[in-house]
Amino acid sequence: MQTNFNTLTPLARAAVPDRSTPYSPELVLWEDNLPGGAHWSGVLRRGTALRLIDLEGRANVSALFFNQDQKTERYNMPDTLKAQHTAHLTRGHALYSDMGRVLCSIPEDSCGWHDTVCGVIDADTVRRRWGDANYQAHRNGMYRNGHEGFLVELAKWGLDRRDVVANVNFFSKAVADEAGRLRFNTTHRAPGQHVDVRFEMNVLLVLSSAPHPLDPATSYAPTPVRLTAWRSGTAGADDVCRRLCPENDRGYINTERGFL
Amino acid sequence: MHATVESKLDPIDAVIDEVCLAGDPWAKVLKRGQTFRIVDLEGNQAVDTIFYSAADVGERYSLTHTIQAQGALYLTAGSVLMSSEARPMLTITADTCGRHDTLGGACSCESNTVRYAIEKRTMHSCRDSFMLALAQIDAGSEAMSGVPRLTKRDVVSNINFFMNVPVTPAGKLTFEDGISAPGKYVEMRAEMDVVVLVSNCPQLNNPCNGYNPTPVRFLVWDPA
Repeated sequence: MQTNFNTLTPLARAAVPDRSTPYSPELVLWEDNLPGGAHWSGVLRRGTALRLIDLEGRANVSALFFNQDQKTERYNMPDTLKAQHTAHLTRGHALYSDMGRVLCSIPEDSCGWHDTVCGVIDADTVRRRWGDANYQAHRNGMYRNGHEGFLVELAKWGLDRRDVVANVNFFSKAVADEAGRLRFNTTHRAPGQHVDVRFEMNVLLVLSSAPHPLDPATSYAPTPVRLTAWRSGTAGADDVCRRLCPENDRGYINTERGFL
Repeated sequence: MHATVESKLDPIDAVIDEVCLAGDPWAKVLKRGQTFRIVDLEGNQAVDTIFYSAADVGERYSLTHTIQAQGALYLTAGSVLMSSEARPMLTITADTCGRHDTLGGACSCESNTVRYAIEKRTMHSCRDSFMLALAQIDAGSEAMSGVPRLTKRDVVSNINFFMNVPVTPAGKLTFEDGISAPGKYVEMRAEMDVVVLVSNCPQLNNPCNGYNPTPVRFLVWDPA
């Protein structure tokens, strides 16, 4: 017999709540605003969720994820996509590490599509597309890029360019045609859309709110995101992510074995 | 049907001509201007490949930079493999297969537990081959002489030569039967000195190797 949720030992089963906890205002732990173009990092512990709200309907949030307890374990885009037979992320999806474990998951999403194949925008791309706006002339209105934002935040945790792997771009959509050509798509966007990222391990989260690398906008005008951390608890037996597919059932077992 | 481009190079002139057995790792340093060919000897064999700048292994093949630069997902003749510093590493100059995957990554024991069964953890995998290669490089293996030391952090998302992983307009990822066949090859010119790190994929749980992993052949030519 193959191991699955129904074959867990009583003690392992008892560690999983019967139901997942949906968002509710009294569960909020803290809130913060991330202006467009900014970068941020922090540790989100297992059982915490972060709600990202696209305040103006044009945000992009590039994100990297590391196991805070062993940072060589990190978000793995191919393993995430292969396990769930998807090329984009939305409600029900788990974000896998390279160790077959679920770093975090998306139990709730009003947006419907988050990109994870296009990478992060760099300084040359920003310059080529929108020109230069430096700190000397523009102070904190300078044009920032996600690649340098990542490097700045990674350095604070002893990480570096070798840790910049394929990232997630929350709120952004790029659709591939038959030949694999990608086109940036904005039809799914609306002000106030939100996505919940629930942390299933202790995760170092690195964010940049600089524009998406394929964003065809004619001016550099990244927009803000609201960050709301809330006490979600861990994924229940009935959880939409756990139950999405047998692969996620096993991914959660791998993850939960590390916390028994 | 995918467009193909044939090479004029003759194997008799190659300076390196080696066979990598099914499920084995392989690593080599290529000089700028050299041409590197991978031959799918028996067909439908995934060749998981990462490139590093030989001068600075912190600069490596980046799937996202490659996708951004060409605005498209798949690789074929004319594709430029870009580094994490947004510089050209290699250019695909010939390709008789027509399409190669950028998104599928490498198989690992850990992802096999997720994808197939927790009980399949001990089956051989690409990531184990990569880890073994790192240990062999570290131990000064003659077969990998000149290859600089690498760590797990350096094992980033790879190219899967000869593998077909189409993305649908609805955003699904599908695994199709390989479009490769015996003798198909892909050839690329190094635009900088590069390290090639390969796992000749041992996966037995899906059609990426036609359920029968087979050897591949690597050839290298000096510039004309």
